[in-house]
Amino acid sequence: MKPKVLILRTAGTNCDYETDHAFQLVGGETSLIHVNQLIAGEVDLMDYQIMAIPGGFSYGDDVAAGILLANEMRYKLADSLTAYVESGRLMIGICNGFQVLVRAGLLPRLNSQDAQQTTLAMNTSAKFECRWIQLETQESNCIFTQGLKPRVYLPVAHAEGRFTAPQPILDQIEASGQVVFRYVSTNGGAPEYPDNPNGSDHHIAGICDPTGRIFGMMPHPERFLTRLNHPRWTREDLPEEGDGLAIFQNAVDYASRLS
Amino acid sequence: MTVKQIPILNADADELSRISQEGLLSLNLAEMQAIQTHFAKLGRNPTDVELETIAQTWSEHCVHKTFKSMIEYAETGRETEMIDGLFKTYIQRATEEIGAEWCVSVFTDNAGIIEFDDNYNIVFKVETHNHPSAIEPYGGAGTGIGGVIRDSLGTGLGAKPILNTDVFCFGLPDLSYDELPKGALHPKRIFKGVVSGVRDYGNRMGIPTANGAILFDPRYTGNPLVYCGNVGLIPKDRCDKTVEPGDLIVAVGGRTGRDGIHGATFSSLELDDTSESLGSVVQIGNPIMEKKIVDALMGARDRQLYRNITDCGAGGFSSAVGEMGQEIGADVHLENIPLKYTALDPWEIWLSEAQERMVIAVPPENREELMAICEAESVEATVLGTFTDTHRLRVFYRGEIVADLDMDFLHNGLPRHTKKAVWDPPQHSEPKLGQIGSPPLTEDLCSILASPNVASKEWVIRQYDHEVQGGLVLKPLVGRDNDGPGDACITTPVLGSRKGVIVSNGINPKYGDIDPYHSAAAAIDEALRNIIAVGGNLEQTALLDNFSWGNPDKHDRLGGLVRSARACYDIAVAYGTPFISGKDSLYNEYRDTTTGEQLAIPPTLLISAICVMPDVSKAVSMDVKSPGNRIYVIGRTYAELGGSHYYAIHDFIGNVAPKVRPAEGKRTMEALSLAIDQGLVRSCHDCSEGGIGAAAAEMAFAGGLGMRLSLTGVPRDPDVTADDVLLFSESNSRFIVEVAPEKQEAFERCMAGVHSVMAGLSPQVKEAFEKGIAAVPIGCIGTVVEGVDFVVNGTDGSAVVETTIDQLKESWQEMFRW
Repeated sequence: MKPKVLILRTAGTNCDYETDHAFQLVGGETSLIHVNQLIAGEVDLMDYQIMAIPGGFSYGDDVAAGILLANEMRYKLADSLTAYVESGRLMIGICNGFQVLVRAGLLPRLNSQDAQQTTLAMNTSAKFECRWIQLETQESNCIFTQGLKPRVYLPVAHAEGRFTAPQPILDQIEASGQVVFRYVSTNGGAPEYPDNPNGSDHHIAGICDPTGRIFGMMPHPERFLTRLNHPRWTREDLPEEGDGLAIFQNAVDYASRLS
Repeated sequence: MTVKQIPILNADADELSRISQEGLLSLNLAEMQAIQTHFAKLGRNPTDVELETIAQTWSEHCVHKTFKSMIEYAETGRETEMIDGLFKTYIQRATEEIGAEWCVSVFTDNAGIIEFDDNYNIVFKVETHNHPSAIEPYGGAGTGIGGVIRDSLGTGLGAKPILNTDVFCFGLPDLSYDELPKGALHPKRIFKGVVSGVRDYGNRMGIPTANGAILFDPRYTGNPLVYCGNVGLIPKDRCDKTVEPGDLIVAVGGRTGRDGIHGATFSSLELDDTSESLGSVVQIGNPIMEKKIVDALMGARDRQLYRNITDCGAGGFSSAVGEMGQEIGADVHLENIPLKYTALDPWEIWLSEAQERMVIAVPPENREELMAICEAESVEATVLGTFTDTHRLRVFYRGEIVADLDMDFLHNGLPRHTKKAVWDPPQHSEPKLGQIGSPPLTEDLCSILASPNVASKEWVIRQYDHEVQGGLVLKPLVGRDNDGPGDACITTPVLGSRKGVIVSNGINPKYGDIDPYHSAAAAIDEALRNIIAVGGNLEQTALLDNFSWGNPDKHDRLGGLVRSARACYDIAVAYGTPFISGKDSLYNEYRDTTTGEQLAIPPTLLISAICVMPDVSKAVSMDVKSPGNRIYVIGRTYAELGGSHYYAIHDFIGNVAPKVRPAEGKRTMEALSLAIDQGLVRSCHDCSEGGIGAAAAEMAFAGGLGMRLSLTGVPRDPDVTADDVLLFSESNSRFIVEVAPEKQEAFERCMAGVHSVMAGLSPQVKEAFEKGIAAVPIGCIGTVVEGVDFVVNGTDGSAVVETTIDQLKESWQEMFRW
C-alpha cells in the first residue's frame, strides 16, 4: 500500500502543488488538506503516515512568520497532533512549514518540551531573497536525510530564515545531533553571506527532533526534483535526479515500513 | 448615505464641463451632452449613481476611446488621411490576417488565450498601474500585480496564475533633489517602493516573478510606468463563459471600502502636485485574500458551480456587473454588499475599487455548494442580486431604486470621437565624424554596461521568488555564478511534462525619440529575439501590446501613437506573431506647478511575447560554456546608432534609429531556432542595447571565461566601416552565438539554409532558402578563451577593447549594488 501523505494547506500556503508533486513522484498517496478540515474533524490525522507543511506565507506571516498556523496547531489540534507524533509517524516542514514547526514547539523539542525554544528571525540582509545555496548534510538520526549526499544544492526563498536560539539551546541541539543541514561556503572556510543566506547561528539550515521523525528546513527540496530545475543545467553535466528528491523518497520508504 | 439628483437637464456647456471636472468624471463636453440628451428624453435628471456608472463605463481606462476613435492623421509631406480606429486598423487586423489556429480567444476576455497542450490552454495579460504608483509606489505596484492576476482569474472560467512579469520605467535614480518637480516623489523612492510592492504581493501569492525589465529616463520622474503581467494555466474546457437570466450575481473576496474610488477616471487625468491629495484613488492590496480567492474559485470552477466570472477592477461593481449583464440585464441590491466600515454613500459602494473582489454568475441550484466551498477556504461570498432579461442595469439601495440605466445606452451610447494627429519628425543633432569613437573603446563599453538600463538588476530579481511552483527551467539569472542576464525565462507549468512556456519582453523608448514607428518595430523584434535566443520558435508565439503615452488630445502625442500602431501591424504580420491582448495607458504627463512645465513621458510601447516550447530540455542560456568554442554574429549590422546607448553616453540621440527588416529577420530567427533545436548551439544572446560589444561582454562574464574577437568577421552593410559602429550599433534581428568546433560545419550549413529537416521553416522562408537568395548573414568573430582576458580587435587588426571580464562585470554590477 502506498503511504498516505497529508499536505497541510491554509490561507497563504503556496508551495503545496510542487510538494504534492514531489511526494507523488516517489510513490506517496497525497491529499491536500485545509487546516479548517482538521479543526472541524472532517479529516483524521491518523489516516496518514506523513504530514507535510509546505512553504508559503500562512496568514500572510502577519505578526511573525508561521505563528498563526502554529497557534492553530498548538491550541486547536493539540490532542490529535500529540497522538500523531507519539505514534511514530513523520512530519516535515519546509520554509514556512519549518517556521510553523518551530513556533508550534514541535522543533527542536528538547527535553520533550513543546515550548518554543528557537526561532527563525529576519535575515541579516533585512530582505526577502531567492538564491541557490550549498548545504552540508550532517550526521544525524533524521529519517529524511539518511544516506543523503554529503553536499546538496537547493534554493532558498525567504525573508525570515535566520535560525537563532540562546547559546545553551544551541549547544544542546548540537550535542544531541539534531542539526541536519548547515549552509557551507562554496570555496572553503566559514560561509559568509550569501553562502549563509540569512545569518543563521552555527549556519543551521535544518533541524530535527530527538527522534529524527520531525524535520524542518528553510531551503526547498521540492524545487530541485529533476536536472532541469538546476540553475546551471545548460552548462553542467548533472544526474537526472535532483538533490531534493531523496528527502521525499526517504520519507515514503520509511512510512511504507510503518504501514 | 443619500442619493442625489445631478441637475444636468438645464445645464449649459460650461456647467456640464464643471460638473464633469468637479466630480472627477473625466467626461468631455460631447459625452456630457450625449448623457444630457439621453436623460432629456427620459424627462429626468440622472442620479449620482447613474452618472458615475456612465463615467466609469465610458472612461478611457475601460473603453479605450482613443484606440477606437476616428483619427485625422497628418504627416509632413503626405496627404491627410482618416484612420478608422487604431485598434481595429492595426492591432486587431494584424491578428485577423495572421489567422493563427492556436489562438483560442483574442481581445474579448480579460486576457488572451492560446493553446498549450492536450489538457490546458495558456492565458496572458499585461496591464499598467502608472498613476497609482506615482502617488503611492508600494500600494500602487502591489495592487497593479494583484489586478493583473485577477485578469487571469477572470478569463474564461478562471486560470491558475503561474508566472508574473514586470517592467518598470523610472526617473534617474541619482536625480538631485533640487531638480525634482514639485510634488513628485524621488525616483529612487518610487523604485524601491514599487519593487517592494511587487515583491510582497507576488511572493505572497506564490507566483514566480521571473521576467522583466527596468528602464530609466528623466521624463519618467513625475510619471513612472509600472507594467504588471500574469500568465495563467486553464483547462481547455473552461475557456468559455455565458450568463443566463436568473443567475445569481455573487461577489467573492474582500469587503468594499472607500479605497480606489474614481481609479478608472483618475487614470485619464494628468498628474501634478495636487494629485497626492486624491488619496482615495489608490487601492489597498491584500495578497493573502487574493490567494484564498484563487484557492476557492479553482475548486468551484472544477465543480462547474458558476458559468461566468470577471474581476472587480476599474469602476468596481459598476463595471463588472455592467459588463457581465450587458446582453441581458441585472438587478443589484447594494445593501447586500459587505462593507469594511459603514457610512459609504450608495455610489461609493457601487464604484469602489477595493481590491480582491471577483464577481461570478451562479445558477441558483449551485448556491449552497458554492457557499460551502468559500466557507471552507474562509472566503466571504455574497449574493448581490440577479441577472435579468430586462436589458436594464437596475441598482437598489434599501428598497429604493438608485439607478435604472438602459444597457444599450450604457455600452453603446458613447459618442465616437474624431481626433487629430500630426506627425512631424524631430531633428536631433548628429555627432560629426571623429567627435566620438576614437579607440580604445574599452571605456565606452564599460560605460554602456554601467548605464542604468543595462546594468545588473540582481538586487531586484533576487527579492522575487522565481522558483515557487517548482517549474522554472530557465532562470532570470544564469551562468557560472547564477548572475548573468538571461534573455527570457522558461517555465513548465505542468510538473512532470517537458512542455514549456517562454516569456520575454521588448521595449526601447529611446528609438521613439526619433520615430515611434521604429521604436515599436524594435520592441517586437527584441521580444521575439529573446524568445528565439533561449530556444523558442516563431510558430507559436503571441504578442501583447501595452502603450503608455502622453495626452492623446495633443496632436503630436497622437501622431506618434499612430506611427507606433502602424509598426505593430507591419511587423507582427511579417513575423506571423499575432496580438492576443493589450492595453493602453494615456494621459501620462506631469505638470510642474512651480515652473508651469508640462512633462510628458517618452512614448513607451511594451511588447510582451509568449511562446509554447515543445521540449524545454533543448533550451540554451546566454553564458558561454567552454574555451575553444567559436563566437558567431548572426544577422547584419547597419550604421544605425540613433537612440543607441553608445550615443546616449556621449549625449547624442542622432537621427537614424535601427530599422526592422522583417524578411531578413524572419529568416534569421527561423534558421537559428532550428539550429538550437538541433543542438548545434551552446549559448546564444540577443544583441540589443550596447550592440555586439555589450552582448559579447555579458556572455563572457556570465560564463566566467574570456573572449578573443575580431570585428572583421561581423556581417555588415557595405556602409559600415568604423569599429565603433560595428561594436555598438543596435541593428535589429541580431544574435551572438557560441558553437563548439565540432558543430561548426553543421551550424553553418543550417544557417545557410541547408537543412536536413526543412519542415520547421515557414513556406516563404523555405522558398527563399531554396532559391539560394537568402542565406542568413553570419560571421565567425572569434573564440572563447580560458582566463579573464576580453579582447576585441578592430578591422585594422589593432585592439579596440582590451580588458578583463572582471572589470566588465564590475562595471555592470556596481550601479545597483544596494
